[in-house]
Amino acid sequence: MYDMKALYEAESVAHAIQLRLEHPEAQIIAGGSDVLVQMREGKRAGKELISIYMLDELRGVSLDEEENIRIGSLTSFSHITRDPIIQKYINVLGEAVDMVGGPQVRNIGTIGGNTCNGVTSADSASTLHAWEAIIELTGAEGTRRVPIKDFYLRAGKVDIRPDEIQTAILIPKASYDRTAGYYFKYAMRNAMDIATTGCSVNCRLSSDGKTFERVRIAYGVAGPVPMRAPSAEAAATGKPVSAETVEQFSLAVLNDINPRDSWRASKALRQHIAVELARRCLLESVKRCGGEIHEAV
Amino acid sequence: MKQFKQVTFRLNGKEVSCVVDVRSSLTDMLRNQFGLTSVKKGCEVGECGACTVLINKEAFNSCIYLAVWAEGKDILTLEGLMGPNGELSDIQQAFMEEAAVQCGFCTPGFILTAYEILEEPRDYTDDELRKLLSGHLCRCTGYENILRAVKKVLRQRLEAAKA
Ligand code: FES
Ligand code: FES
Repeated sequence: MYDMKALYEAESVAHAIQLRLEHPEAQIIAGGSDVLVQMREGKRAGKELISIYMLDELRGVSLDEEENIRIGSLTSFSHITRDPIIQKYINVLGEAVDMVGGPQVRNIGTIGGNTCNGVTSADSASTLHAWEAIIELTGAEGTRRVPIKDFYLRAGKVDIRPDEIQTAILIPKASYDRTAGYYFKYAMRNAMDIATTGCSVNCRLSSDGKTFERVRIAYGVAGPVPMRAPSAEAAATGKPVSAETVEQFSLAVLNDINPRDSWRASKALRQHIAVELARRCLLESVKRCGGEIHEAV
Repeated sequence: MKQFKQVTFRLNGKEVSCVVDVRSSLTDMLRNQFGLTSVKKGCEVGECGACTVLINKEAFNSCIYLAVWAEGKDILTLEGLMGPNGELSDIQQAFMEEAAVQCGFCTPGFILTAYEILEEPRDYTDDELRKLLSGHLCRCTGYENILRAVKKVLRQRLEAAKA
């Protein structure tokens, strides 16, 4: 038995909103892989829960009228990885969420729950940042859309109002068009571990493959919230596709990130890893865009 | 205040229904109300996989799954793998032959995950299999025999599909 005070089960999105307003103290539970564990460990013991897990209308991946990718917030990690739209347009997201926990956790864990925790070690977070995902929230007054960088307020805190639930995550067409990326998770173990540092890079090359039209990079755990590295992006965007650009790009990362010392890894190690991951991820992204880099001698 | 709810679902191929305390996990309901003790309580925080069951053909840790979410689902536990006359499934047989069982506590979970993996008729590399089995902890066997057992069934089924 879980130590919970009461369970309210939402039967529709509108009902979920109503429950949110009726029970302001209650915690929303999606797949529960975090909330139920915390409840078991005593951190959330004795709390009321609003379950939205049965809302099947929040599951699945589709393209909307503007060809934006729409991922229902309750879509599980394993379904994202297997989805043909994801595989075609933003395969790196499927790869990144395939590194969360173990197989059973990927069947229960939802992309929405993973972003709403505001935990930076979340494997999906850096890729969603690097692809400038839009978070869709639905409340009593309708829906609003928030860029993911504004959705994360601070560690453990995201921008959800008291009447809202997160209903979808969108990847705009302008973001995924002609773009390919790569995610690297650095952790101590291969499975069942949270990332020490996760780095997600993507790029778009000019049609002749010689120039970086756009380069984006984001880290999980490099700072208190998932973050982009603007100096690194500026160091590569508009520059020739070359080993030298990749080098400048990866070193520029140190102007942006501010990792901390923790029992998982020291600051110096995290900095070293951040530079190395940026380099490897960009090289791989170029390859996936069909570009080529001749190693400098 | 105690809160109860009626839940109706398919369990090991049969339509079932029961009234549960909403605070129950799926593990609690399957063990206490249906007597399915192959569903083990290991860590109860989603780390060890001993409580694994298949829900709509996908493996889940039943310890971090609310019993009320079973509504309308198709759930399979190890007991459901048994044939009409108590025959073992090919996976169970291979686990015995390869000595992939010592104390047996992790075994039902491993077998159900193996069931999910082997439903998809294709070949896997050892690394892929290791990754797919990584949500289970075994404190006795050292994993090698388990991997061997799963590979044995995989090969048998691929052969059978060819024939
Ligand atoms: S008992 Fe459920 S994962 Fe350990
Ligand atoms: S056989 Fe004992 S835990 Fe696996």
